[in-house]
Amino acid sequence: MNAVDVKGLIHEYPAKRKVPARRALNDVSFSVAEGELFGLLGPNGGGKSTLFRILATSFAPTSGSAVLLGRDLIADPASVRPFLGVVFQYPSLDNKLTVQENLLHGGRLYGLSGSTLSARIDEMLSHYRLTPRAGDLCGTLSGGLRRRVELAKSLLHKPKVILLDEPSTGLDPAARQDLWEHLMTLKAGGATILTTTHLMDEGDRCDRVAILDQGKIVAQGTPSALKAEIGGDVITIETDDASGLRDEITKRFGVTPQAFGGTLRLERAAGHAFIPQLVEAFPGRLKTVSLSRPSLEDAFLHHAGRRFSDSHTEVAAK
Amino acid sequence: MSAMLTLWERDIVRFFRDKPRVIGGLVPPIVFWLLIGAGLGTAVRVPGAPEGLNFLQYFYAGTLVLIVLFTSIFATISIIEDRREGFLQSVLVAPVSRLAIVLGKVMGSSTVGLAQGAAFLLLAGPAGLHPGLHGYAAAFAVLALASVGLTALGFCIAWVLDSSQGFHAVMNLFLIPMWMLSGALFPAATAPRFLRAVILANPVSYAVTGLQRALLPSVVPDGAASLSACLLVLAGFSVVMLTASVFVASRRDSR
Repeated sequence: MNAVDVKGLIHEYPAKRKVPARRALNDVSFSVAEGELFGLLGPNGGGKSTLFRILATSFAPTSGSAVLLGRDLIADPASVRPFLGVVFQYPSLDNKLTVQENLLHGGRLYGLSGSTLSARIDEMLSHYRLTPRAGDLCGTLSGGLRRRVELAKSLLHKPKVILLDEPSTGLDPAARQDLWEHLMTLKAGGATILTTTHLMDEGDRCDRVAILDQGKIVAQGTPSALKAEIGGDVITIETDDASGLRDEITKRFGVTPQAFGGTLRLERAAGHAFIPQLVEAFPGRLKTVSLSRPSLEDAFLHHAGRRFSDSHTEVAAK
Repeated sequence: MSAMLTLWERDIVRFFRDKPRVIGGLVPPIVFWLLIGAGLGTAVRVPGAPEGLNFLQYFYAGTLVLIVLFTSIFATISIIEDRREGFLQSVLVAPVSRLAIVLGKVMGSSTVGLAQGAAFLLLAGPAGLHPGLHGYAAAFAVLALASVGLTALGFCIAWVLDSSQGFHAVMNLFLIPMWMLSGALFPAATAPRFLRAVILANPVSYAVTGLQRALLPSVVPDGAASLSACLLVLAGFSVVMLTASVFVASRRDSR
C-alpha cells in the first residue's frame, strides 16, 4: 500500500483586494510508497509549501484527492492527524516556554501522557543532545537548536508519516548533516518521509523526487533516473557573446545550446570528445569550458526549460 | 480533554511568566478606578443612589468588569501572536478537536481574568463595600461567566483578524465602548434614550448590573435585571460566543 496517494491536486488562492487569484498547484499527482524517503524539489514559489500545508491538513485544496495511509486527508483530516508528524519551516514553538514544556504540551496534544510521555521526552532530549538545555526558554535558543526542538516535538508520538518543509532552513552544515542522518535512521525504522527542499544535494539523498515548478510536477523518479534521462554529459561554456556563439554552434555542429546570460549549456554524449572540437572551432571566444555529469539541477533545467536559480528570482520579482 | 487541559495550563504558565502582563491587566484598572472614582468623588450624584455614596463605590463594579475586559483583550492579542509566531500552526494539525482548542484558550484566559478579578475583590472592604459571603460568591459567579463570554468574543475577533494593527481598531471602536455603555461609568437612567437601548442589548451591562446586585445593591436602579437574570444572560452570551468560536476555528482557511 502507498503511504501517500495524491491525484489531480489543484489549489487556487482566491483574489484578495488588488492581488489576482493565483493557481499555486496545477494538477499535481504522485505517490509515496511506505518506508520511502520522498523529496519535493523545486524553486521557491513553485508550489512546494502549498502542497506541504495541504498534506499537513492545514487547509483543503480547491480540488483533487489526497489519501494518506488509506484515509482521505481532505474529507476527514482528523483521521489522518494522529499518524502525521509535521515539521514546519518556521518553528512552531512557544518561545515563552522551556524546551521541556514545549515537548510536554506537544506530546499531550498527540494524546501522550504520564510516564510514557516523560520517557519519550527524555529519549528525544538526549537524542537531540538537548538535555542540558531542557530548562531554557525556547526564545533564548539559536536557530539550529530551535529546529532540533521542533523535530523532537514533531516526532514524540512516533508518526508513521513525517512531513518536513525545508527542514534545513537556518541550519549550519554540521546540523544539516545531523538532520539527514537522523532522517535516515527514521526511515530505517520504517517511517515514510516526505520533505520539500530547494537544495539539489538534499534531493540527491531522497529515494525518489518530484520536481515541482510553477505548480506542476515536471518530472519525477529516482535521482539517478532523472539524471540519466539527460543524454550523456553536460557542457557549460562561459563566453562574452552567448547568442552569437549559440547560433554558430548550431550551424556548425547541429546542436542548439541553451543560453542563460553569458552561459551556454548543452547536453551531449561523450562530451569529453566534443570539447576539443569546440575549442578548436572558436579559438579565443570561450572563456571557460566545463564538463560535468548531469546533476538534479540539470534535470530541472532539462524539464522546466529554465535555470533553477533564475526560477527563484523570477518568482521573487512578481 | 487532555488537549484542552494542556492548552489551558500553557496559558496560565505563560501568564505568570509574563510579569508586565500580570501588572498590566490589574494595575491600569485600579488606577482608573482610583483616579476617576476619587476625582469625581462626591461631585457626581448617581441618580437613585443613597445619600453619601462615593463614586469610587459606584465605579467599583465597572472596574471589575474592566479587569475582565482587559484580560479578554490580552487573550485576543495572544491568539494573534500564536498565529504569527507559528505555535498555532502545530496545534491546528494535531489530532485535537476545534472545541478543545477553543475551550483551552478561553479557559486559560478567563482563569487569568478571574484571578485578577478576585485579587481586586480584596479591595471591596477598603472601598466601603461589605457584601458578605453570599455577595462575594455571587460576584465570583458573575465574573466567571463574564470572563468566559468576553474571552470567547476575543477569540472570534482574533481568529478573523490577521494583524494586531487591525485589532487596535476593534479594541477602540468596539470593546472599550462596550464597556462604557454598560452602566460601568454612568447608570443607564442618565443616558439618552438611544443609548439606553444599546445598554440594554449589551451583554456587558448584565455583568455590571450583576456585580452591583452582588456587591452594592443600593445603586441598582428600579426595574434592572435580577441577579439570576444577569447570570442567565451572561451564560447565554458565553454559550453563543463559544459556539461562534468553534465555528470560526473550524473553517480551514489557507492563511
